[in-house]
Amino acid sequence: MTSTRLRGRPLVRTSYAQDMSLLNTPAKRRSTILIIIVSFLVPFIVTDDLLLVLTLGMISAVGAIGLNLVTGYAGQVSLGHAFFIGLGAYTGAVLGGDTDASVTGYGLPIYIWLPAAGVVAALAGLLVGPIAVRLRGLYLAIVTLGLVFLGDHIFRESRSLTGGPGVGRRGPDLVIFGIDLEESGVVLGLDLAREQRQFFMALVFLIIFAVLGRNIARSGVGRAFSAIRDRDVAAAVIGVDLTKYKVMAFAMSSFFAGVTGALYYAVVGVFEPSAFGLLLSVQYLAMVLIGGVATISGAIMGALFISSLGRISGEIAHVLPFISESSSGSGLLSVFQLEAILYGVLIVVFLIFEPRGLFGIWTRVRNYWKGWPFSY
Amino acid sequence: MTDIRREAPPEQGTPVVSVKDVDLNFAGVKALSGVTFDVNDNELFAIIGPNGAGKTSIFNVLSGVYRPQAGSVTFLGEDLLGKRPHVVAGLGMARTFQNIELFENLDVVDNLMLGRHHHLGYGWPSAVAWLGRAQKAEIRNRRYVEEIIDFLEIEPYRRMPAGLLPYGVQKRIELGRALAMEPKLLLLDEPVAGMNGEETEDMARFILDIRSELGIPMILVEHDMGLVMDLADRVMAMDFGRPVATGLPSEVQAHPEVIRAYLGSPDPEEVA
Repeated sequence: MTSTRLRGRPLVRTSYAQDMSLLNTPAKRRSTILIIIVSFLVPFIVTDDLLLVLTLGMISAVGAIGLNLVTGYAGQVSLGHAFFIGLGAYTGAVLGGDTDASVTGYGLPIYIWLPAAGVVAALAGLLVGPIAVRLRGLYLAIVTLGLVFLGDHIFRESRSLTGGPGVGRRGPDLVIFGIDLEESGVVLGLDLAREQRQFFMALVFLIIFAVLGRNIARSGVGRAFSAIRDRDVAAAVIGVDLTKYKVMAFAMSSFFAGVTGALYYAVVGVFEPSAFGLLLSVQYLAMVLIGGVATISGAIMGALFISSLGRISGEIAHVLPFISESSSGSGLLSVFQLEAILYGVLIVVFLIFEPRGLFGIWTRVRNYWKGWPFSY
Repeated sequence: MTDIRREAPPEQGTPVVSVKDVDLNFAGVKALSGVTFDVNDNELFAIIGPNGAGKTSIFNVLSGVYRPQAGSVTFLGEDLLGKRPHVVAGLGMARTFQNIELFENLDVVDNLMLGRHHHLGYGWPSAVAWLGRAQKAEIRNRRYVEEIIDFLEIEPYRRMPAGLLPYGVQKRIELGRALAMEPKLLLLDEPVAGMNGEETEDMARFILDIRSELGIPMILVEHDMGLVMDLADRVMAMDFGRPVATGLPSEVQAHPEVIRAYLGSPDPEEVA
């Protein structure tokens, strides 16, 4: 079948392949290419400390896409995302980290520890998935909440793997294609600092996982997830195996979470078991809710936004005198309390005023300019 | 081009579905007792009865949502009892719902594509990679879906979220989703409930088209007696979970038990 494109008629398609393609309008194609080019230029414009915030934001986006698969697309509310991230982080750290006085590490390369982190988390997701077959809504949320406490206990007690509370351990070593991302130096003729190298790594991984996420979403698998979310009885009656797809949603989501966990703490460096508490799960839910439920780009926006919230509250603390910049300082609030308050307020505000999240705001802006100068 | 019309009519003789002595209880409530009927190939079989007579319960037994305590259900030679809904769907049983059960956040094309779920023929690894295999399967099934969109005249709504569409159109899309499954038996649960005259006429035309062009046997549950008597080949009347009469529409209409079920007994002393 020939597929031609008509100039000036972006919505006219002449083949189903065009209709299904990832970027199915010229505007989407142009803007995506522009965003990617700009993203690759960012490390040369932005200061190193801000670059680290963005790097961690992009790595978190992978996990947010994962949570969006199970919670946004398949509609299974999971508060256990922190547990899967923790599993990935420790799998990565044990396989890819170094042995020292207190913890074991095998020093394996990233080609092994990164997929392994995803797979171990996915296997845990496979085990948890069947619970979702029996429970739904709030009941499922409570059971997955239990996972976080289970994980917290396990991570605290297995000191030879995690270092234990208050001590922690280092994440895996970040060396890709012989390039050590924890050092500075010349790569491909460019003098790149550590933060710049890590930013590029995070950007490449984010693009890969965003495309994978979109593929899942637009395929029969993603449709089956959405069918279960909207009407589970009808989904079963038209032939969707509820057990299979709910378990699959958990496994896929956990794979993304595992990858995020391993990469995140490879960049951060030292981390301890208390990192994988309920707050982390809530942060990821906030990324999905504020970014946009059941959209990949929304999850990315949400993750970047939530990850920079610490930085934003720091800036606010600079301006407002009654907020202290450390937890012990004088003042009405500490910067950490402000950050926690902002999470809560933002979630409430978005759920009430823009349930479709940042993605919803974006579509509204887009539709306004599409019709401009007319009102619709 | 794929064609949704069947090339050769399947062999005659054995019934498509046969239900024998089915009992269904919910604790003490007897929803169905001793329900027995056969549906033959290319037949439009209607089930009527007052509210609560057990019509929808029969559908739920057929599609695997409920499991009856006694009796047998055979569909194309396969025993259906104990099979889960998605397995029954895979055998070729499709249904629409009394209260619309569309995936309201998905657009019309995606709703119909979900009807093609069993025909996609690729698993999650192809879906994640989105290489040739998944793409070809999507395009092949999309063509089939477009045939159904054409058949049901719902072209203008293709990319609209199903939840935003008018009631009559949603009913039609539900029928389309069931047709997309390439069913060997179609269960229609009150397809014209709450519709105006024009929409009812449209739906009747589609039901007749499905029978004449696609040759799919159907079981129809409906309260619109005009529609049932005009379209159905045979009718089964039910009351309190028991079949009261089965036969040609004219026979069932005149059956004294059926009249009693709908209108009550002519003799007030007989009721007491």
